[in-house]
Parts: sequence; structure tokens; C-alpha cells
Amino acid sequence: MHIDLFLTCVNDALFPQTGQATVRLLERLGHTVGFNPRQTCCGQMHLNTGYRDDALDLARKFVGDFRDAEVVVMPSGSCAAMVRELYPQAAQWAGDEALLREMEALAPRVFELSEFLVNRLGVTDVGAYYPHRVTYHPTCHAMRGLRVGDAPLRLLRQVRGMTLLELAGAEECCGFGGTFAVKNPDVSAAMLTDKTRHILDTGAEACTAGDNSCLLHIGGGLSRLRSGTRTVHLAEILASTEQEVYA
Amino acid sequence: MRANLRNVTGAIRAKRANVVGEMPHWEQLRDLGAALKDDTLADLPDRLLQLERSVQARGGQVHWARDAREARDLVALIAEQHAVTELIKVKSITSDEIELNLALEERGIHAVETDLAELIVQLSKDSPSHILVPAIHRNRAEIQELFNTELPGEGQLSDDPAALAGAARRYLRQKFLTTKMAVSGVNFAVAETGTVCVVESEGNGRMCVTLPEVLVSIMGIEKVLEKVEDLSVFMELLPRSSTAERMNPYNSFWTGVTPGDGPQEFHLILLDNGRTNVLADEFGRQTLRCIRCSACLNVCPVYERAGGHAYGSVYPGPIGAILTPQLLGMYDKNANTLPGASSLCGACYDVCPVKINIPQVLIYLRSEANVQKGLTAEALAMKGMKFVMAEGWRFEGALKLARVGQGPLVRGDAITSLPGLLGGWTQSRDLQPLPKEGFREWWKRRGQEPAAASGEADTSSESKERV
Ligand code: SF4
Repeated sequence: MHIDLFLTCVNDALFPQTGQATVRLLERLGHTVGFNPRQTCCGQMHLNTGYRDDALDLARKFVGDFRDAEVVVMPSGSCAAMVRELYPQAAQWAGDEALLREMEALAPRVFELSEFLVNRLGVTDVGAYYPHRVTYHPTCHAMRGLRVGDAPLRLLRQVRGMTLLELAGAEECCGFGGTFAVKNPDVSAAMLTDKTRHILDTGAEACTAGDNSCLLHIGGGLSRLRSGTRTVHLAEILASTEQEVYA
Repeated sequence: MRANLRNVTGAIRAKRANVVGEMPHWEQLRDLGAALKDDTLADLPDRLLQLERSVQARGGQVHWARDAREARDLVALIAEQHAVTELIKVKSITSDEIELNLALEERGIHAVETDLAELIVQLSKDSPSHILVPAIHRNRAEIQELFNTELPGEGQLSDDPAALAGAARRYLRQKFLTTKMAVSGVNFAVAETGTVCVVESEGNGRMCVTLPEVLVSIMGIEKVLEKVEDLSVFMELLPRSSTAERMNPYNSFWTGVTPGDGPQEFHLILLDNGRTNVLADEFGRQTLRCIRCSACLNVCPVYERAGGHAYGSVYPGPIGAILTPQLLGMYDKNANTLPGASSLCGACYDVCPVKINIPQVLIYLRSEANVQKGLTAEALAMKGMKFVMAEGWRFEGALKLARVGQGPLVRGDAITSLPGLLGGWTQSRDLQPLPKEGFREWWKRRGQEPAAASGEADTSSESKERV
């Protein structure tokens, strides 16, 4: 299958290794991957912060960039939720019927990485090897927006060499919430403290998730604590093999 | 206070999950609840007129209040007509919305709260911080001290919960038996029959709606249901979502007046107070489905940490963050910041028994609020960002610039302090610097070199540095 990668702006700017891992993983599974260099950002931050018109401009751009794709895969639950759930809603708010139709046509071809692998391709064993103790944080938008369910866990359970540790209070938000972390820093920090405490309690070497924006937040907290526990995107674990450990 | 909140909301949350878990058709029930509410809201004027006729036919009186002032005046007028200087009240957030107690006090009428927690809040001249557990922010020692000073004739009380509850009960019983008039809120009112319903846990409400001679019930116009059968759906949804019980201990229903039994005069006040504006907004309208169960408060991680008063609104938590700004109008300076107080984690939507999509309404309202605020620094920053994001090459260029520009901010391998609008981030978190090579450059380089091998070798070394 030919897969169009939507990398997301956060990954593009800060986490190129996640994009690289996604490409390698999908290629290893026998697919071809394309990267349209016109792509930028889905507009999630704009919409969630209350700049609907700006977000819609970026949404139109996304539709233009990926209209012809067979499937679009992105290593981010929140961006996938944005495109699939919120684009149509925002088009409705704007009363743009034509755009709404285009978005509804595109939405079924848009996937977050783990749901693409498990639900669309039907694989749970991607041949990964990752010799570390890892705990998994289900991000809010993947869990409640996209309903990816246990797809990430099913993939992680098949990773050889890895010990998967259960995270207490896993389903609680880490407190990121985009601009929420900046606009309500105290409440956000209180939520982060609980999250990092639970992660450290597991004794894991790394915390993984399907969304680098949440991991940026959690990782920033772990770094401030000088904890030595790091964050790693799900894609990097799944891309790792005995020949090469990517993250 | 935070510990109290966490314990109580945590316990309710766990219990709720249990009693919801035992209902195999919970999802269908939620859908049904949402649909019934939507249908009623779609014909709201007709339903209300029907309710008015039904109540009148059974000997009750119906009053329409456009805003809080009209509703307060109506209650005061009825009290004055009966020469009442003290009345008893059932816990009602609608009466908090219209600031009834204060207004009555000003006219020489004292309103006694009969819900234990509300009584505590009232005696301590505080305001409630939770829909269901209004005194959640008070501990036992504080209550002991309060009762010792405020409840005359009880002597010195210990901090034993049973003793404290006993004192309150004796105080209230006296009020129930001697007070002529009561004011209640309304959980549901049935248009078809004119039946009004209050559900509660302590039984004080039952006393209030049966013992006094005159009963005044105040309801937001969205509380109307079409048929009696509809009640059966909400009597399942409400207690399970609210107190995590299968059924509320006290469910009181009354229809008009019955000679020789219960209050001989019944007034129903239909309160608008901004609701028709909410109704007029096709998307925001779903907010009016709310049955005030407080499930969304109990799961909200922001509410758990910030508490009810932090919202500065009568309706706290997620529902308050969407209801209050809509009732008051988005130009209200306090209210229009409320939708910002959420990380949009969506837990509230998942528990809401009538499926109000709170996160989406929050997002919707944030845009409405920003329109009111005009061109702020934030709005300009967002516009700038959009300009950069509008073209792939611009974004690529901006990243290159930023890689150079971040130099002075990087300490060791992290950014520990950011200037300006972004300073909130680095209060308690580090930020990792931008990497030396972005994905785009890697992709380009990879495309130029034969096969994938070259790219693999190059970046694996970089990635390994992070291990
Ligand atoms: S919004 Fe939903 S969950 Fe919150 S109080 Fe209302 S009905 Fe309950």
C-alpha cells in the first residue's frame, strides 16, 4: 500500500526521529511511504485555543495536500483526532458545506499509527525488539477522541525483549492540553506532577505514548526532576529491531 | 482542600464506574436521555405552555421570570403576601444562580437551607463549591466549631460526625414543623401532567415539599420533560451518575395541590435568565440537556486540583465552564475565560449521562470569546504562526531560523526558561531544544542518496545518542 505520512508540526520541529521511525516501520512492513513537503500543521492549536478561522485555513490546506492520498498515517493521536473528528465539526460551525463534504470524504482514510497497524492492517507483531522496561501512557485524544482502545498495548505486548509495566492512573490527563499548559501553568503542573510520580513509581526506564506533544510535556517534567527516566514515542519502539535500536 | 476533593471525587468516581458497569445498556440509555432532552428542547415553547396548563389544571400557579431579578421578586412577593419572615429551602443551584437568599435577606426574609451541607455553607457565610457536595471544601473540625457558635441550645458538641449530624437534625426538625413556606428547586417537570419532581438523599427535601402550607418551586425552563415515561430514563441516569446509587433515597413527585394533603398553595416559577439565548445557538444548545448530576465535576482533573470556587461561577467544573458563559453572554469578562480552564481531556464527555460534548462546546466557546476580545497579542501570535504554516517552505525556513535563535536559551541539553507568553511552560518543565537535523532535511538527503541504507546509518547514530 502507498501510505502518505503526515508528520505533524511538533514532530517536524522537535522529533525527527519519530518520523524516521514511522517511515522505517511502515517500509519494513512492505509499504511505500510518501512525504508531501507542502504539509505543515493540522491547526489543532489554533482551533483548540479558539482561533477557528485560522484553523480552518490550515484545515483547507490539509485537505488540499492530502485529497488524493490512499491513506494518511500520522504518529499522533491528537492530530488524527483533529482531522477526523474536529475538521468536520469546524466546517459545520463555519457553515462551509463544500468543505464539510471534502472532509467527510477524507476522514475515513486518516489514521493514527497504532490504529492503522492494528485495525487497518491487522498486524500486532511488527517484529520489534526493544530491551527496556517501559510504561505506556494512553493519551486523551487517542483514547477518548479516536477510541484507539488497546491497539497500542497489543502492539507493545508483542515487542521482544521489552518489559511492559502497568501505569497507575494511566487514563488521567497529563495536563498538557496545548496552550492550556502555558495559560494555566499551575493546574497543568499539578496534573503533571501526579503523572510523573506514577511513571517513576513503575520503575520504568522510559514512558511511551502515541503522541509527542504529551511526551514533550511529560518528558519536560521528568527532565526537570532529573529523574533519568525518559520518554520515547511508540513508533520508535516499534521500529527498533535487534539490528538497530532507534530510540 | 485539594486532599478533600481528591478523596471525595475519587470515591464517587470509583463507585459510579461500578453502578454504571452493571447496566448493560448504559450507552443506549445515554443516547435515549440525550434524544429525549433534544426533542423537548426543540419544542420548548410548546412544552412550557403545556406544562403551565397542566399545573394550573391541578390547582397550581405558574409564573414566568425573564431574569434573576424577576424570579427573586416573585418569591419575595409570595412571601410578603403570606407575611412570612422565615422560609425553608431545599438545596437548589437555580436559587444560587439568582442569588435568592441574599435578595430575600435584604427584604427581611430569612431563608434557612435544610440540606446538611448547604446548611454548613450557609452558617459559615460561604458559597457552595460542588453541585452535589457543596461543603466539600470544609473539614470536620471546622464544622464542629461552626455548629458550636451558630446552633444555639446544643451545648458544646464533639467532632463526632453522628453528634454533628444529630444537632443539625434537631435544629432542622424544629424549622420543618414551624415554617409556613418553602422554596425548592426542580429536577424535572412533566409537561403532560404538571408533575414536579425533586430527588435527594437526605429527606429534608421531602419535608420541605410536604410540610409547609406554601410551596414555591423554581426551575430553569430546560428542566421540562414531555411525558411521565421519560422520567423512567432519567431516574436511571441521574442517581447512577450523580451519587453513584442505583436509586436516590428520596424521590418526591407532586402535581398541583391536593386539598387536605401537603402544601395548599403551589407556585412554579419558570426561569429563563439567558436560557433562550443558549437555546437559539444550534451548537451550544446541547448544554441545556444537563441534568446537574455532577459526574463531570467528579472526573475532571482540573476541578480536582482547582476546586469549585476557582471557577468564580455558580455552576462549577466542566458544566459551569460551558453553561455560565452562555447564560451570561460571552462578553462577560469573568465568564468568557472559563472555557479556557480545561486541558480538553474529554473525561467529562465520557461520563455525561446526556452526552453533552463538553470538550467540543469548550472549543466552540473559546472561539466565540476570542471574537469578543478582538486582536490580542495571542491572536496576533496565532496569525503569525498560521502565516508560517500556510506554506511548507516557510515552515522549513522558520525551523532553520529557530535552530539558530534558540542558542542563547539552551542550557546543557535543555531549555529551562522561556521568555514572554511561553514562560508558563518552563515554570515546572524543561523544553528540549530543536534537533540539529529536521525530518525534512533527512527526507531530502535520503531521497538523493541511493537506497535507504545511507539514511539508516546516519540517523541511527543520532537516535542512539538519546538512549
Ligand atoms: S454536564 Fe452532564 S455530567 Fe455534567 S452535570 Fe450536566 S448532566 Fe451531569
